[in-house]
Amino acid sequence: MAVLKGTSGYVVRKVTWSLGTVLFVLVFNFFLFRMLPGDPISLYTKGRNMPAEQLVKLRAQLNRPLPEQFLTYLRNPFASTINSTRFNRPVWDMIGERVWPTILLVGTAVLIASVLGVWLGIRAGWRRGSAFDSVTTGITNTLYAAPEFWVGMMLIIAVPFLPSGGMSNPGEGGVLDVAKHMILPVISLSVVYLAEYTSIMRASLVDELRQDYLTLARAKGLREDLVRRRHAVPNALLPTMTLIFLNFGFVIGGAITVEAVYSWPGLGLLSYDALRGPDVPLLQAVFLLFSIGVIVFTLIADLLYAVIDPRVSAA
Amino acid sequence: MNRITRARRRTALVRFWRDLRGHRTAVAGMTILGVFVLVALLAPILADPIGLDVTKSTAAGHMGPSWSYPLGTDENGRSILTLLIYGTRISLLVGVTATLIAIALGTVVGIAAGFYGGWVRSMLMGVTDWFLVIPFLPLAIVLATVLERSLFNIILVIGITSWPGTARLICAQTLSVRARPYMERARALGASDWHQMTRHVLPNVMPLVLANLVLTVSIAILSETTLSFLGLGDPTRPSWGYILENAFGAGAMSNGEWWYVMPPGICVVLVVLAFTMVGRALEATLNPRLKEGAA
Repeated sequence: MAVLKGTSGYVVRKVTWSLGTVLFVLVFNFFLFRMLPGDPISLYTKGRNMPAEQLVKLRAQLNRPLPEQFLTYLRNPFASTINSTRFNRPVWDMIGERVWPTILLVGTAVLIASVLGVWLGIRAGWRRGSAFDSVTTGITNTLYAAPEFWVGMMLIIAVPFLPSGGMSNPGEGGVLDVAKHMILPVISLSVVYLAEYTSIMRASLVDELRQDYLTLARAKGLREDLVRRRHAVPNALLPTMTLIFLNFGFVIGGAITVEAVYSWPGLGLLSYDALRGPDVPLLQAVFLLFSIGVIVFTLIADLLYAVIDPRVSAA
Repeated sequence: MNRITRARRRTALVRFWRDLRGHRTAVAGMTILGVFVLVALLAPILADPIGLDVTKSTAAGHMGPSWSYPLGTDENGRSILTLLIYGTRISLLVGVTATLIAIALGTVVGIAAGFYGGWVRSMLMGVTDWFLVIPFLPLAIVLATVLERSLFNIILVIGITSWPGTARLICAQTLSVRARPYMERARALGASDWHQMTRHVLPNVMPLVLANLVLTVSIAILSETTLSFLGLGDPTRPSWGYILENAFGAGAMSNGEWWYVMPPGICVVLVVLAFTMVGRALEATLNPRLKEGAA
């Protein structure tokens, strides 16, 4: 086998691996639900009433040979013929409606948490062992131990005057109204990410502190402040940035429970509804989407790392 | 085992214990864990198990804290304190057992991959990477939906989704152990693969396994809480996540029943924090490379 060298080889390897992983997700997603014991129809419908013609269609679909069904699925896993059994609508239409609220909520939370976390991590790591460091580390460790949905539930009790359900009041829906509805869920989510990002940033800055180039910078006569800003922090930011991308899977977990607590109409709440059914086609679709999301973000993290640190792709 | 080995091991153990006790956080963590383990063991003495039965409850639902019900009652009139005490048992049991499954799987896969190398390693690490990249909660949800809701299955789901981190770590460590001269000596003396793996590799990776085990328990307990909150736990055995699920379902937040929501969460935070503190201290004690870095 020809070994690809250099940057292009690195990119090709990473992209191939990602595609392979997506394929594996598709196989897993298809066969897992077909290994279930019992009548698949009853699993799909869970005793709910379904129009007779749809039942016939579903039965015809499930009666085809397994390899044929798999090929159909593989040809287009995003087909509009995949219907939710609970809501009787194409699953990808439902998912399409729910994507933006989640991006809005999670994006805001990640942005706040990463900026604040990086700042706290720098301050704590630079003065390792100081009172500020001990307090920050103590608080972040505690926050990291708290389930995000519990933080959300406590906030609803503690701050009863802020809206705690949905994305807007019925009949309203202006920017201000949505912003008001976002306050509590964003806090619950960012509190947990904040803990994660602070500790990552602190650890990677502490790692840099031992490097010789910092001694050199000081020997050149640079002020302590400049040593930190120009030399230590940019290097410490590399692993932190990629880890923020790699953490996407962790972010999804938070979105599912927090959206459920606040009835935020995003993908998390949709997954919660799907598993409550259980609505198998919807669950499969959501799982596929989340997995692809994480695979793409992992790929971005890998490629980004190669761009900012050329040593990675040279190896 | 001869006398010299035994004496050497005893000194090592004593030194290890002294190092560990030097970490204030480790002592604090072990104290917290001790209290929770006692509560779990003494549950039947601390609270009558009949208090878990919805049909046998005599009190009114949604009561606030009082002398006879220090943490109030749930929507069925059960004492929340009783639920919390028995919840300690389930949460700890699930956390620890799931971790044992994960660590066993991770260690076996890691050692096999690191020891044999070649295509075995590529294949095993490929599977590991796949599990690492698949988002944990959606995967656990999908698995838990497919399986029946039971204590055993939730342990299984958490166990088989939490091993890849350990496998990577152990594989890397095994690779470095395998390159050491004494392994060559063992091979030259005709040691079988099995002998090399169990007698030479395993003891060398064991400290790492131990530290990883303690850290994994905290994640497993958080996972159990999340899955139970989503309604994927065993509905007949209350855990802390189960109490939170009930509180959410019963509208405890809109009623302002903080005594219902706060205690299970605080228990989770304390136990997870305690396991993390002990785990970090273990890591620092067992891994000399980290020692100088520890503040």
